[in-house]
Amino acid sequence: MSASIRLQNLTVAYDRHAAVHHVSGVFEPGSMTAIVGPNGAGKSTLLKALLGEKAVASGSVDWGGLPLSAVGYLPQVAEIDRSFPLSVGDTVLLGAWRQSGAFGRVSREMRERGRAALASVGLDGFGPRPIGALSSGQFRRVLFARLMLQEAEVIILDEPFAAIDARTTDDLLALLEAWHKQSRTIIAVLHDFEQVRAHFPQTLIIARELIAWGDTPTAMSAENLLRARAMSQNWDDVEEICDDAHRHVA
Amino acid sequence: MSFYALLIAPFVDFGFMRRALVACLALGLGSGPIGILLVLRRMSLVGDAMSHAVLPGAAIGFLVSGLSLPAMGIGGIVAGLAVALLSGLVSRTTALREDASFASFYLTSLALGVLIVSLRGSSVDLLHVLFGSILAIDASALILVGAIASITVVTLAVIYRPLVAECFDPGFLRAVSGRGPLYHLLFLLLVVLNLVAGFQALGTLMAVGLMMLPAAVAQLWVRGMPALIAVSIVTACVAGYAGLVISFHSGLASGPTIILVAGGLYLLSLLFAPSGALRRLLPQRHFARREGR
Repeated sequence: MSASIRLQNLTVAYDRHAAVHHVSGVFEPGSMTAIVGPNGAGKSTLLKALLGEKAVASGSVDWGGLPLSAVGYLPQVAEIDRSFPLSVGDTVLLGAWRQSGAFGRVSREMRERGRAALASVGLDGFGPRPIGALSSGQFRRVLFARLMLQEAEVIILDEPFAAIDARTTDDLLALLEAWHKQSRTIIAVLHDFEQVRAHFPQTLIIARELIAWGDTPTAMSAENLLRARAMSQNWDDVEEICDDAHRHVA
Repeated sequence: MSFYALLIAPFVDFGFMRRALVACLALGLGSGPIGILLVLRRMSLVGDAMSHAVLPGAAIGFLVSGLSLPAMGIGGIVAGLAVALLSGLVSRTTALREDASFASFYLTSLALGVLIVSLRGSSVDLLHVLFGSILAIDASALILVGAIASITVVTLAVIYRPLVAECFDPGFLRAVSGRGPLYHLLFLLLVVLNLVAGFQALGTLMAVGLMMLPAAVAQLWVRGMPALIAVSIVTACVAGYAGLVISFHSGLASGPTIILVAGGLYLLSLLFAPSGALRRLLPQRHFARREGR
């Protein structure tokens, strides 16, 4: 069972400069939330804080007892070495980490699931190919196949559709919706507002601090989007040290 | 000169050549895969830096017990690990990137090492330390080199999957297991161990040679981890054997000859390998698309 992910007054800072300011709210179990905001708004930072990769300056993230291994994470593709001499099949099988562990055997059943996952992202029979030979769209499909194998209850994606053509995006969005129907919790950083309006019931708008968080039609109001943009234009100014921890709490 | 006298007799007739050969093969077995992983982790220069960092420890071992390879080996392991850990710490806590902190540490430790050796030893001793003495390897040093090769191969076999996962997609490993730094640390330990083994044979300046050159050769010929590791090991062993034979017959210093053979293999690969220079320069016809069939 999924649990809700509760953020309480979460602040994350790089070298004392806050990248995410006093964010509070809840990702409900089975919700499908888009995180949007201008560049540098702290979207990826928020995800890293969720995953415990980035230390929290103040506030907390409460996973409601869900272990980190129940979380599937798709990093930005730039963080992955695509020239690495690994085959497509082995890459997908990394998704079975929860069963195989760091040292365990990879069973025939896991291999079978890996093949099936590859087939369902439209890469049937690509297993033996090196990942270096794939196009960026195909590589993104491989990463989704790996996510599929993880059978995660919470799926976190950082810009899953950046630099991907329309057809691949549609295919992968369909996968996300299928996962949503299985009542998994999905959190994705996105830039395409149309996509968010069409596919994501919930939206979180962030511009270092929380602008809006709720049902997409209300959250994605013109006023909120303008506010997010306006805030991004003031970021060059030197920031004061934030001494009032509760100033931004709604 | 017969085939036998040329290629086999040196090892049958002389114990020191046999020991040198076994040391080279063991070295190749351990250093081959380590080199591949260093290249894939974009840590080639870190390996180089660490090989110099081994020196002050080895020098202190030399100060305490003279030109004894085990004593210098243990000193080298301690010093190499200390530098690896310290520079990891520095890069995590300051603005310096890891390669920059490694460079600072190794220059300091190289200077310190040379100073310590020259305190007591002659310039001949210094040459031994800097360029190795593979023909002077005795039984205890051979055991050390062999043990290090065994430890390396077994440890790599055990931590292979997380290590490769950590190289390829560190964010993923952090998300699923969170023990990435542990494997990184274990890997650094293996690098230091292999550098100490290489240090016995090739000296502190060239210990990294049997790691990086075979890895570079392998990358030019094959793709895929298992093939890369296999080619790297074979290249290192061939370089070791050929280097010993050539140095025996021509009276050249053996350590540099071994590295030069590896360098020669690298040059040949650069020219003739599938991803080498010649293939790139010559125009190749691509396959035509078959239409309507």
